Amino acid sequence: MTEATWWASESFWRKTAIWVTAVSFVILIFLTFDSLSQISAGSKRVPAYSVINHRIDYVFDEKRNFQVPVIGPEEPLFGKKLTEEEAAALVSRGKVTTQAKNCMNCHTLLGNGAYFAPDLTKAWLDPSWGSKEAREQLMVDFLKDPSDKLHNAIGRRMPNLGITDDEARAVVAFLKWMSAIDTNGFPYNFKPIDQSDPAPAAPTATAAPGAIGSPAQN
Amino acid sequence: MAALGMLDSANLNGGQKLAVKYFTVAIALFGAQILFGLLAGLQYLYPDFLYGVLDFSVNRMVHINAMVVWLLYGFIGATYWLLEDEAQHPVVGLALGNLIFWVLTLAVAVVVVVYLLIQIGPGEHSTIWLINEGREYIEAPRWADIGIVVSVLVFFYNVAATFAKGRYTGIGGVLTLDLIALAGLYLAGVFYTPNISVDQYWWWWVIHLWVEATWEVLVGCLMAYALIKTLGVRRKIVETWLYIEVALMFGSGILGLGHHYFWIGTPEYWFTIGGFFSALEPIPLVAMVVHSVFDAGAHKMKSTNHPALAWIIAHAFGNFFGAGVWGFMHTLPQINLYTHGTQWSASHGHLAFFGAYVTIVIGFIYLALQKWRGNVWMSGGLVDGGWKWKWSLALLHIGMIGMTIGLLVAGYEQSQIERAIEGSTWTGYFAAQAHQWFQQGIFWRQIFGWVFAAGFVLLVWDLMTIGKRETRPIQAMQAEAA
Ligand code: HEM
Ligand code: HEM
Ligand SMILES: [Fe+2]
Repeated sequence: MTEATWWASESFWRKTAIWVTAVSFVILIFLTFDSLSQISAGSKRVPAYSVINHRIDYVFDEKRNFQVPVIGPEEPLFGKKLTEEEAAALVSRGKVTTQAKNCMNCHTLLGNGAYFAPDLTKAWLDPSWGSKEAREQLMVDFLKDPSDKLHNAIGRRMPNLGITDDEARAVVAFLKWMSAIDTNGFPYNFKPIDQSDPAPAAPTATAAPGAIGSPAQN
Repeated sequence: MAALGMLDSANLNGGQKLAVKYFTVAIALFGAQILFGLLAGLQYLYPDFLYGVLDFSVNRMVHINAMVVWLLYGFIGATYWLLEDEAQHPVVGLALGNLIFWVLTLAVAVVVVVYLLIQIGPGEHSTIWLINEGREYIEAPRWADIGIVVSVLVFFYNVAATFAKGRYTGIGGVLTLDLIALAGLYLAGVFYTPNISVDQYWWWWVIHLWVEATWEVLVGCLMAYALIKTLGVRRKIVETWLYIEVALMFGSGILGLGHHYFWIGTPEYWFTIGGFFSALEPIPLVAMVVHSVFDAGAHKMKSTNHPALAWIIAHAFGNFFGAGVWGFMHTLPQINLYTHGTQWSASHGHLAFFGAYVTIVIGFIYLALQKWRGNVWMSGGLVDGGWKWKWSLALLHIGMIGMTIGLLVAGYEQSQIERAIEGSTWTGYFAAQAHQWFQQGIFWRQIFGWVFAAGFVLLVWDLMTIGKRETRPIQAMQAEAA
């Protein structure tokens, strides 16, 4: 009775376990090589760090059926155009700072982390910063001392993490770069800050209706 | 040999003496996990509570790090517990194993003190090396990473060498190979990169391939051993099941990793691969339930250790619901687009870690206490009717299920309002956080958190007293006909 059925045999299942594991792992390794090449900085999905010299938008794409980052005209961060090396160093400094200050244990980045504070994937594009001109400085000021700058009515405040001016600028660079990563449409239905250039000299404010619907909107 | 009912290390073999040390620290850290979970939960309700002193980020970091460390301590303890018995050979390198226990425990203590007192550092690499790495679950600073790797290598040497000198059973073989994978994966989390997509790619190797592959197989080994011990199930049956579970678990879990690669910059083919394989992950968990319940039923629930068996059965169900059902609910990309990074994830994370891992470690601690007290009676009809273990089991489950449901309600609301409607802007985020359904959800999470904490207190009391005044020896086991 014991040897009768293959599917109840110990050695059959031992071999199956080994083969299934090995094959799955080999496929994973293969996919990892492919994925890593597609997400290295400077690839199509994850742009080079110098992308912070440009405007970054998040626009609906008809073909993919979700929003994708769009790299626009030159708009250097803090008005200073950086070389690739300078940009990489700045973004890296920002990334280290996010780790050193433990941002991820309140916020999510690319949707991973903690849920006590807003997702930072598109923080650079958040309409809460008001206007694209004021944004950079507001972000730096906020990071340096957020404790009295509430964005909500439920009393949740970001603590003062002792972030210096240099660190804050680096963090903003990191956030700007992160917002340019192609995340397959996450977050969905996001409403980015208006980054369109001021309409070319409309005579008076009463002309407003005509100024709405600039190409950067979706 | 000491009198029945007395805690006496003469009752234990060498590996088991070391095991109970690991268990003791594990329970202490479990207590710390609960304490800091409660603090973090309170900050959701009272944002000014401990603001600037122990901020949410600190409490949460201690909460989840204590969890990872105590569960690993539980696994190491459980492995040392069964090692000599399984290998039929005394632990090789036990003195070194003991030394490493103290080194590791000291390191953990230092890490926690630094987390609490220094918390964060300047935005430089020295912070990552000395204070904290700032990556969820694996925040331990780099110096500690190195210590952990060395400790794990010693542990691995103890295990592999003992099996090699004694005998390799099916359980022993699977366990040894699994430990190599578990330790190796940790290395995927020990490096720095400015590229957040690459960072998270490898970060998930550690987190996912731990909890949904190597840890699952490890507890599969523990469960196999426990079923032999508490019920007397035949080894051949248990080990055949173990191989089936390994095949199903690794077959679905390794490529199921793709369910974390939908939105981090990785290519679109992960939608298909991750969605498909992770949807299969519940299958081995169903198999485990069938296995344990069938065995328990076939033995008419006549076990040598009722509390241990109860926690093992709780493990089978908890693993199925927490990981299998709660995981499946948000694993397809079409749903995950809205639930990703919301209280949904927290709901699943709590039920899964508790159901799959907390339960089985507690089960092993009950096995250990029985022998530690001289192999006392722990079947039906305990001295005090066993009310403490029954009530602690009940309170811990009621607390956990209550928290899970509270978070699920909050998560639903958040995914609808913040994600689907408002599009995840800061305003949208806070609109959802302020919504009364969300607030009610996290309020109830806190209430059930207190219930959970009460269950923990009772558990500790029971662990300290169970079998104390017992005079009957362990119930004889009717071995199955071979
Ligand atoms: C008194 C009981 C507990 C309370 C009040 C509590 C509270 C919390 C809080 C407030 C968070 C942070 C969630 C966020 O980022 O918004 C958290 C995270 C977490 N807790 Fe607990 N917790 C408790 C028990 C447990 C237990 C017993 C486990 C598992 C064994 C656990 C596992 C986790 C995990 C895995 C996370 C991270 C979840 C994620 O990022 O998705 N907690 N907990
Ligand atoms: C015992 C096994 C498991 C444990 C302990 C576990 C734990 C967790 C935790 C803690 C998270 C949150 C991670 C974070 O902080 O970002 C998570 C995420 C996730 N888990 Fe599991 N899990 C288990 C099994 C499963 C299974 C079997 C499935 C699918 C069938 C699954 C599906 C998911 C998904 C889709 C996410 C991503 C959530 C998001 O997008 O935010 N999990 N898991
Ligand atoms: Fe996963």
